[in-house]
Order: sequence, then C-alpha cells, then structure tokens
Amino acid sequence: MNLLSPTWTALGYLVAAVCFILALKGLSSPATARRGNLIGAGGAALAVVVAFLSEDLHHELAIIAAIVVGTVVGVPAARRVAMTQMPQLVALFNGVGGAAAALVAALELVHRPQLESYGIVISGDPGSRGFGWTAFSGLADAAGFHTGVGGIASAAGAFTVLVGCVSFAGSCITFAKLQELMTGRPVTFPGGQYLFGGGLAVAVALAAWVVVQGADGRPSGLLLALLALVSLVVGVLFVLPVGGADVPIVISLLNAFTGLTVAASGYVLSNTLLLVAGTLVGASGTILTRLMAAAMGRSISSILFGAFKGSTAGTVGPGSDRPVRSGSPEDVAILLGYARKVVIVPGYGLAVAQAQHTIRELAELLEARGVEVIYGIHPVAGRMPGHMNVLLAEANVPYEVLKEMDEVNPELKTADVALVVGANDVVNPAAKTTPGAPIYGMPILEVDQAQQVVFLKRSMRPGFAGIENDLLYDPKTMLLFGDAKDSLTKVVSAVKTL
Amino acid sequence: MDAMTLLTFFVLSVFVGFEVVSKVSTTLHTPLMSGANAIHGVILVGAIIVTGRSESTLALVLGLVAVVLATVNMVGGFVVTDRMLEMFKGRSRPAGPGGGDAGGAR
Repeated sequence: MNLLSPTWTALGYLVAAVCFILALKGLSSPATARRGNLIGAGGAALAVVVAFLSEDLHHELAIIAAIVVGTVVGVPAARRVAMTQMPQLVALFNGVGGAAAALVAALELVHRPQLESYGIVISGDPGSRGFGWTAFSGLADAAGFHTGVGGIASAAGAFTVLVGCVSFAGSCITFAKLQELMTGRPVTFPGGQYLFGGGLAVAVALAAWVVVQGADGRPSGLLLALLALVSLVVGVLFVLPVGGADVPIVISLLNAFTGLTVAASGYVLSNTLLLVAGTLVGASGTILTRLMAAAMGRSISSILFGAFKGSTAGTVGPGSDRPVRSGSPEDVAILLGYARKVVIVPGYGLAVAQAQHTIRELAELLEARGVEVIYGIHPVAGRMPGHMNVLLAEANVPYEVLKEMDEVNPELKTADVALVVGANDVVNPAAKTTPGAPIYGMPILEVDQAQQVVFLKRSMRPGFAGIENDLLYDPKTMLLFGDAKDSLTKVVSAVKTL
Repeated sequence: MDAMTLLTFFVLSVFVGFEVVSKVSTTLHTPLMSGANAIHGVILVGAIIVTGRSESTLALVLGLVAVVLATVNMVGGFVVTDRMLEMFKGRSRPAGPGGGDAGGAR
C-alpha cells in the first residue's frame, strides 16, 4: 500500500526508534523493566505497520501469512519453554534474526531491479525518498553514477551476509551446548585455530569479491551463497572451542553481532530505522557482553581463544578416591534447624530439579523457628547472569532476602551453615587458590568461610566447568546425595519433626 | 541524504547504545539481553520490504523465509522477555508472596 507520505513514514520510524531507546533504558532498571519491554514491542509493531502502509508491496497476503506462521511458532515457544531452558531459546531467537538479516541483505543485493541508477529505483519507493528519516536515497546517489549496487552498500551487504551467518551458526552451536545435545566442554581439535583463521580469511576474501562485483553491477547470487556457506562454517568453528560456562557470554556477543548485521542491512536498504535499531543493539550488546565477562572475572578474548584445557582441572585423579562425609536428610535438618544463620546458595541444579518452591518452603520453616535465612546469589548462578534471580522470582522468594555476592560474602563468615543446592563452580575455592584451574580468578561465594557447609548434590560429578571441588572433601562439609527436589522435600519433613 | 548523514546516525546511535546500558545490575543482564535480542527482530521491516519487491519465485520464497525467521525473533523475543520480567513484579509487595502463595508451596 502507498498510504503514507514519506514524511509520515519517516515520523513513524522515528517514533519506533525512540521506543527502542526507551525500551533499552527501561530494561536497565528493575522498576521499569517490564514497561520498557512493552514499549519496545509497541515500537516494533508500529514499525511493521508503517512498513506495510508506506511501501508499494507485492505478495502482501503471502507476507502476512508468513508473519502469522512466525508468530504461531514464536509465541508458544516463548510461552511454554521452561525457565531453566530460556537461555538457549534466546540464543535460538538471536540466531534466526541473524539468518533473516543475511537473507534480506543478500536478496536486496541480488534482486534489486536493474534500472538506470540506484536513485531511480529508490524514487519508486516512497519510504526511502525525499526528506526525513528513511530518506537517503542510496549511497550511489551521493557517490555518483553507478548502475549497480554501489561499493559501500555492497560492502555493508557482504558484511551482513558474513556476520549474520556466523551469528546463526554460532547460535545453533550454543543452543546445542546448552540443550546438552552435544558436550558442554570446549571442542578442540588439532589445527582448529588455523582452520578457523583460514575459513575467516576465505570468507573475507569472498566478501571483498562481492564488493568488487557490486561496485559496478550486481553481485552474483552464487557468490553470495558461497559466502553464506563459508560463513556458516566459520560460525561453527568460532563457538565450538568455547567452554560451557562461558556460553552465555558468547550468546550476548552473538546478539551484538546480529544487531550490527541489522544495522548494516539498514544501510543496504536505506532504511534508517534498521540502521538505528541495529546499532543500538550492537552497541548495548557489546557493553553487556563486557559486563557479563567482568561479572565472571573473564576477558572476552580468553573466552573466545583460550579454550579451557580440560586436563588442567586441579585435582582430578586422586580426588575421586578421597573420602567424603555424606549425611541423611535428618542430619541436615538438625544442622539447619538449630543454626542461627543459614545462607542458601542456589545453583543450576536447583532450577533443573524445579526445587525453587521447595527451597522457599524450607526457608520459611526455618524462619518460623527463628533462624535467619538469606540467599546468596552468584552473578552467574544458573546459566546466565541474573538467571537465578529470575528463577527464584518465579517461586516468589522475596527480593529482600536475595543477596548479591558482594553483600553475602561478609555474611558467610558469620553463618552457621551454608546450604549449597545444585551449585558447584560458583563456590569452588579453586577459583582463589589454584592458578591453573580454568575458573581461576572468577569471583566466588566464599561458603568455605561458614562454620558448616552442606551440599545437596546429585552425584560427585563436577560442575559445568568440569573441575573438582576440594571443598566437597573438607571435614566441615556434609553431602546429601540425590535430586535437589527429593532431598529438599525430605529435609523439609525432617525439619517439621524437630 | 549522503554517506555523512548515515555515518552521523550510526555514530550517535553507538553512543546512545553505550549510554543506556552502562549502569545495569547483574540481576537484569538476562532480561536486557533478551530484550535487545527482540529489538533486532525489527529486521522484519527489512524482510517485508525485500519480499514485497521480489520478482522471482526463488526471491519470494527466500524473502518469506526471512519474514518467518524475523517474526520468530521479534515476537518470540518480546514474549519471552515479558515472561522473565513478569516474575520480578511480585517482589515489590513483601506481604504478598507469603500470604498469596501458601497454596502454591505444596
């Protein structure tokens, strides 16, 4: 349809872009986060409506049908996914976004109607002509008299295809790792780095070829397909060596990548909304990636290129034979019931067992007995920064008793019992004491400072990072083996009989 | 508009992007990432435009695939973010969780 004048179109896109800025701003603060997200959704909906009303589109019914299909796939996936599996869903959403951007850029480069000049093509397209927001009528106009796509636009297009495919393939691998379709350990093989480097070089060379072709003509579809294929392989090789615990940071990085591809495709399409929205996500995603890495005490380059060497994992061999002190639910109940102060350290195992409600019930029972209960939340407890807060909020654990790491570490010194449920790496003293350990340098919750430590664990299997935890063999540690929810339920009934 | 105008948009957007998220607690990292993820689903606009102009069957099919993928990204992204944030709302009413939830804590 052609209902909106260029000015109204530009205005609509401007409002949408402002919505996105407000959304990101709102999402940065707990009080406004939900509203922020809704504002973002409103902006996106507005942008789609404006696109429909302003462009002279063919195949409108088919497009609407495709949107319906996407909604029918996306909404139930987002509604039904267990909160524990949410990180991999976000990874998947991010990946398909990257793939969509790559397709858009490739189609625009190849199938742009071949008319005398880029400017004329655009002039048939009211959304992109004239004055205002969407309206730079292509770089070719500015650059001169190209009959083709133009050098800068094809560079942006080649970038979109390359990085979009890397983001898609990389996201698929992170999904497989988190969903445990493949090992969470770093996958390395001899020459892997060279293969990655070589693949990247080939991809960049192909991208350069696209630019050359595009400078005074249209890049061939075959060349773009080849670029996409090589980029997919590069994306796989990029993420394979990343260790499981670092995967969330890579998801964030790929998210920023996709943002940049959307920005670049905005360049190709001469659409400012895409340019601005993509750049916003690219920039904020980069900052967010750095914040996440900082929360884990890791640098981004060490995550990407310093694949964990599995064998440096501290005390693997002899450790397995050392004696541990395991207790019964009743023993644990007595420890907890007669303590003055208990710090609960929940981990991913708690979430997997869906034991959030049971742990809250236990905490309430203890509080009724006059025990002071607080939760110590490691920044990366769960599978993503802030993931555990989401999971506990789901179980209605009051926000006031959730303490972040800096607050809880001093409390641990005066705690009688630290109850570690389904967590391991985030309380592993090896992060402070064993320079060779992969997690060395990561800030941890210092549960070893508490008088007694109780671990609820499924088995002696090490955590996500694959390192033994010496604390398990400490004389002051008691272990209760079993599924977190079963164990907690037993402890709850034992506390009731005290 | 010329390349410089574009560059201006780009650079200013970078700064806005840096600025809006520079101070955010770890609690919100996951929802923020998910929300940003949903925002780049606006590539749907590009997918619609490109598909609407397509002239060959192959272009139409690929364009429609892009529309489906972008919609999944955008709609799914906002819905899952909202679901995450929904869970935070209970905490501002300290009395609520204890009373209202006795039934849920079986």
